[in-house]
Amino acid sequence: MTFLIGEKMTGGYGPVDILHDCTLAVDKGQIAVIVGPNGAGKSTAMKAVFGMLKLRGGQVRLDGEDITALSPQDRVAKGMAFVPQTHNIFTSMTVEENLEMGAYLRRDDIKGTMEQVYHLFPILKQKRRQPAGELSGGQRQQVAVGRALMTQPKVLMLDEPTAGVSPIVMDELFDRIIEVARTGISILMVEQNARQALNIADMGYVLVQGANRYTDTGEALMADPDVRKTFLGG
Amino acid sequence: MKKLPPVALFGIVGLAFILVGLLQSWTLAITILNDGLIVAIMALGVNMQWGYAGLFNIGVAGFFALGGLAVALVSQPVDPAAWAAGTPRILMALVFGAAVIWAGVQTYNRMAAGRLRTLAMLVLLVGGFFLFRAIYDSAANAVEALTPAATGNIGGLGLPVVLSWLVGGLLAAVAAWGVAKTALGLRSDYLAIATLGIGQILIAVMKNEDWLDRGVKNITNVGRWPVPYEVDLQQNAAFIARAKAWGMDPQTLSTIWVGLCFTALFTVVLLVLLVLMELALKSPWGRMMRAIRDNEIAAEAMGKDVKRRHLQIFVLGSAVIGVAGAMFVMLHGLLAPTSYDDPLRYTFLIWAMVILGGSGNNWGSVLGALIIMLMWDEAEGMGQFLASHLDMLPSVISGNAAVSKWVVDNAVYTRLPVIGLVLLLVLRFSPRGLIPEK
Amino acid sequence: MVDFLNAIVALLNYVIVPATSYGAQLALGALGVTLIYGILRFSNFAHGDTMAFGTAITILVTWLFQSWGIGFGPLPTALLALPFGIAVTALLLLGTDRMVYRFYRRQKAAPVILVIVSMGVMFIMNGLVRFVIGVQEQNFADGARFVITATQFRNLTGLDEGLAVRTSTVITVVTAVIVVAALFWFLNKTRSGKSMRAFSDNEDLALLSGINPERVVMITWLLVAALATTAGVLYGLDKSFKPFTYYQLLLPIFASAVVGGLGNPVGAILGGFVVAFSEVTFTYAWKKVLTYLLPASLAPDSLVQLLSTDYKFAVSFAILVVVLLFKPTGLLKGKSV
Repeated sequence: MTFLIGEKMTGGYGPVDILHDCTLAVDKGQIAVIVGPNGAGKSTAMKAVFGMLKLRGGQVRLDGEDITALSPQDRVAKGMAFVPQTHNIFTSMTVEENLEMGAYLRRDDIKGTMEQVYHLFPILKQKRRQPAGELSGGQRQQVAVGRALMTQPKVLMLDEPTAGVSPIVMDELFDRIIEVARTGISILMVEQNARQALNIADMGYVLVQGANRYTDTGEALMADPDVRKTFLGG
Repeated sequence: MKKLPPVALFGIVGLAFILVGLLQSWTLAITILNDGLIVAIMALGVNMQWGYAGLFNIGVAGFFALGGLAVALVSQPVDPAAWAAGTPRILMALVFGAAVIWAGVQTYNRMAAGRLRTLAMLVLLVGGFFLFRAIYDSAANAVEALTPAATGNIGGLGLPVVLSWLVGGLLAAVAAWGVAKTALGLRSDYLAIATLGIGQILIAVMKNEDWLDRGVKNITNVGRWPVPYEVDLQQNAAFIARAKAWGMDPQTLSTIWVGLCFTALFTVVLLVLLVLMELALKSPWGRMMRAIRDNEIAAEAMGKDVKRRHLQIFVLGSAVIGVAGAMFVMLHGLLAPTSYDDPLRYTFLIWAMVILGGSGNNWGSVLGALIIMLMWDEAEGMGQFLASHLDMLPSVISGNAAVSKWVVDNAVYTRLPVIGLVLLLVLRFSPRGLIPEK
Repeated sequence: MVDFLNAIVALLNYVIVPATSYGAQLALGALGVTLIYGILRFSNFAHGDTMAFGTAITILVTWLFQSWGIGFGPLPTALLALPFGIAVTALLLLGTDRMVYRFYRRQKAAPVILVIVSMGVMFIMNGLVRFVIGVQEQNFADGARFVITATQFRNLTGLDEGLAVRTSTVITVVTAVIVVAALFWFLNKTRSGKSMRAFSDNEDLALLSGINPERVVMITWLLVAALATTAGVLYGLDKSFKPFTYYQLLLPIFASAVVGGLGNPVGAILGGFVVAFSEVTFTYAWKKVLTYLLPASLAPDSLVQLLSTDYKFAVSFAILVVVLLFKPTGLLKGKSV
């Protein structure tokens, strides 16, 4: 059952379209990964799904409801969460305050969710009184993901979560992302490290020049010789 | 919004001046026009920095004041007593002070960072400061002690006052070079506030260093050659005869005549500057400036020396402001350092002119200057006008003595909110100004 | 030993006490500037006039209270009137935001445009203040003038030097401490305060977290109204009120905010005291203190004044320039948009 879908999205920042009939979808509790060469419009497609880009065509549906016209803030309230690629934490605030800000819209008790995040990323609990700007790159990404999880989202969108972190940290992060998906949260993410990302993906989208080139399960894409040759380096 | 062509706009402003002349008095119209021409030149300077290059200079008043100082230094008679008492020592002290600062900069640049450098800097600067004061204080006091009621300052060079326009530009340019060297590396608001600060420091120096320009005691003997004095005209037989022939009283005619002489002089300067600036704007240099303004990073990537260009235009623009400052003092025959201590009048008002006229457009700056000056100076007489026309006001006001007194007293301040409102309306509805940049 | 005590007392009386109260006033003013810079991302040139407006309203209410015979015992009546001044100023600021600034915020206008817009607002407020209360100097301090006078102090201690502590000084310091403590409690402990810090830190991420920018902006203006009016009233109680003086206060206040680092509240407080203390120490004639401290043979015969008092504002800007040369965004890392 498709939970979130951006269907036949067409649009861009200015007069020139970057996306052309691009379709992305993710099922409940599954991981969908968007890969593709530089400038393929991967991040743009993500932003389009999140409402940070005006669409000229196509629509975005969440749990069957058309949300194409909603602002990003309204989408947050609907249960979507987005982790930008950069500037994704409040550097001057402590780790705990970052998490609190993630839960800004919630009026109920957030302690439980915070414990869940600390359980997922134990290092954050240790550092919770430290300004997030003082943490290492991998830890910052954990804060960023943790902040997004604080809204108790149904969909978590990640824009290159492993950009600039070491391979070990990357594996660790992917493990955590799988763990998040197991709790029933759908995950849509853009990844530069296509091979590793497709490994954990239920669904993979290969974008080229703002359009879908290949769409299949992660496994099938990994097995596809064309995809391997062109996008995964053999 | 459909825009009127510039010619029509200038026509309307011209008409407004004629109306002032017909309805109020020609003396007033010419006074406002002369003030307007001077601020138009200031606005050209600000437009150069902001409109061409995007530099946010709000130290305008300081450079304007320095231009005025040049008038005093150039045109006052040479004062041999002051030279004997301490002028050379003051100059020596200033040279010494500059040398200390230069040595400080060298030390900072040449020595490795660390405690030793900090110590060396401290010793140099603190020691330098006290040595400077030792030479300077006694000399300044000696000069100030000379006939303080009449002079008490170092006097001038006894040269024609017109020369001071150039010197004013030069003084402002030198100061601007210093400002640019220290502050142009700063970003956005930090630069703006630094220029404001340095401008205020310049004014503070002029206000307090009596040996230089008599400070709060003002300087009046500045000369105005080639413009004649009213009193001389009034005693000139030919002039009196001409006034008679035109059916005017000599006094009025002399004021108007003198005013028009200034107008002619200032117009020439304004036109020369306008032509030069338009030529510069259309030259490769001007195109490069605008390219830098619109995209500093791209321009830098293309190998343009952004910092150098900024320095250049900051110095040039400030020099233009300095020239206006010299003309201002010559026009009023008075250097009153205290009067500059009002950034609202001498800095922000000029900014309002540039924004109203259209940032980046020289003709726009001139137009904006004339309009704003007209509004500003007209408000000056509003209170008096209302006082003599109280019966024209609704009876709620004219019937109550306290209310009508309040209205009359406060009438002049209406110009502040009016100009603020004009500025806000332009920014909101016509952000490119009356004559937009091409 | 007695000489040493005398020197300390003179130092306290002429340097430390006045600089502390002036520093507290500057700090409150600079906090307003820095909050606006942090949240709305521009230097508000109308801040001096905002202070003047808030103070003018407070003075009017004070006069009203006085005419009704309401007083505050030994404390100045103005403190009772202060909340009303704050409320009216808050209305003015919110109205200005609604009519002027909001448009540019929606347009995502460049910060420098907002600075120029604030110049326009400055012109309007400057005129408004003069309409409200005129241009004359107003003294509105009532209640007890001194906590302890110089003579009382001399009689009490037997020292040659007196230490006069004025009520306004005590009120300034106490009020400033309370206001700053309340502000930091708000910023660090409450949900709204944290959302302000988050917005100031990373606007886009704050939006992604569902923080409502209009609410943050509204809270900011309310805080600014409170800070500016309080700073203005304290300054007026300590010295006197005059629209032009308040307009000029913008200069050392900007200097304080910039020296501390724009957008950084702790920096604003630090900046306020750095500026105040340097203004006072550079323009104080040290002769008296040095005469007590040095042996008679070394006693200075000049005033030992580094700069004439007329250079007061110049000192604050010289400090500003020097700090910026070495730390381009202020002592405590400020923002730069």
